[in-house]
Amino acid sequence: MDNDPLRAWRISKPLNASRGDYVLGVYLECIVLGMTIGHTLLGLLEGGPRHGYDLKRAYDERFGQHRSLPYGQVYSTLSRLLRDGLVDVDGVESGEGPERKRYSITEAGVRTLEEWLSTPEKPVANLHSTLFTKVVLAVASGRDAGEVLDAQRQAHLERMRELTRSKREAGTTDLLVHDFSLFHLEADLRWLELAVTRLDQLTKEIR
Amino acid sequence: MTTDPESPSGSDPVLVGSDLQLSFGRTPALRGAGMSVHAGEMVAVMGSSGSGKSTLLHCLAGILTPSSGSVLHHGREITTMPDQQRSALRRDEFGFVFQFGQLVPELTVAENVALPLRLSGHRHADGRRRSALWMDKLGVSDVADHRPGEISGGQGQRAAVARALVADPEVVFADEPTGALDSIAGEQVMALLDETARESGTAVVLVTHESRVAAYADREVLIRDGAVRQQESVR
Ligand SMILES: Nc1ncnc2c1ncn2[C@@H]1O[C@H](COP(=O)(O)OP(=O)(O)O)[C@@H](O)[C@H]1O
Ligand SMILES: [Mg+2]
Repeated sequence: MDNDPLRAWRISKPLNASRGDYVLGVYLECIVLGMTIGHTLLGLLEGGPRHGYDLKRAYDERFGQHRSLPYGQVYSTLSRLLRDGLVDVDGVESGEGPERKRYSITEAGVRTLEEWLSTPEKPVANLHSTLFTKVVLAVASGRDAGEVLDAQRQAHLERMRELTRSKREAGTTDLLVHDFSLFHLEADLRWLELAVTRLDQLTKEIR
Repeated sequence: MTTDPESPSGSDPVLVGSDLQLSFGRTPALRGAGMSVHAGEMVAVMGSSGSGKSTLLHCLAGILTPSSGSVLHHGREITTMPDQQRSALRRDEFGFVFQFGQLVPELTVAENVALPLRLSGHRHADGRRRSALWMDKLGVSDVADHRPGEISGGQGQRAAVARALVADPEVVFADEPTGALDSIAGEQVMALLDETARESGTAVVLVTHESRVAAYADREVLIRDGAVRQQESVR
């Protein structure tokens, strides 16, 4: 996706353990959450065209345990997706207002969704809701959620190896900073492992 | 990432295990697992408990013989080697660190560390000198005359690392070397194993289920149900 800031950043900026990276990571989390909603709506639309209010309901039902989606955000996200050619207006019911429009995913939208699902997240703190969303969407759409989890696992472990390498030369301050990240990434990895063992159950539950 | 067990770096691998099968009674422990070990690298073998990590390590180290499959040491098949030749290989080329219970309780730390040198027929004085050096590197010189029952778990594991490296092996096999330690003692053991093995160019096969421990390695082999799920390329 051309306007995905995370992707642009991934390409332009190789991982390293500097503090600037850390700050940027935290900053990006805020953007990433916003991006996630767009991708999630695409994932929901992949099953078939829906109205805006229907999308919000489906979203809250499946992903709302960590955040119920305000209507305003549904419509602003949809208009962004529409602008970027990732969704189309499939039909308009008589009456006024955006809630009358029915949206469908475009081919470009499916490609964007695919790419997002198959690209591991940059290993920063508080990824749980994004990862959770990816896994659920992958399972619901019949994709291999195990691959999503394994790709993420590799990205996490690679980051942990980088941090561990930096520790070899680090002074105490940096050591503490790196260890902080390492313990958090470790917790993520344990969740990833556990999620792998529950994929069959999850599949039964949401398909 | 690659799934090719004869993985990618330029150098010839020291060890290549492929298509390994092994069952304990009716319990299959390995179902076609394979991995390679290259000179001087540290590779982590990860996977949940019971996935077959230790069994894979024992096959690569020539401790267990798989029911089928092959383990090549510099191209030489070790699964069909006569026992005597295989124990000589283990004694001369391999070192071992296990989770616990590995130091001989009747011997002092210094005698334990010197053991591999005694077994391979080094002169006594030479052995003493080399084990003193390795005890120093691993920070256990001050407990050299203690017996294993009188030292901490972390000191015990560091003594075991010294013993594994003292005879300058080609490969050290470490099976959950920090498994019985708290995270601070475990961190010390790993930092020292990492530093000393790299310094002496010894490859390490590190079995662990802890990702912070695995992060000391250059790459990871992930085992699920006795087969390799992921093997990363050598960087
Ligand atoms: N000596 C043994 N006798 C019987 N079963 C064994 C023995 N060693 C291992 N197993 C079984 O083989 C499987 C793999 O074991 P192991 O290689 O020890 O796994 P891991 O080291 O990953 O925890 C497990 O189901 C385990 O119970
Ligand atoms: Mg084991």
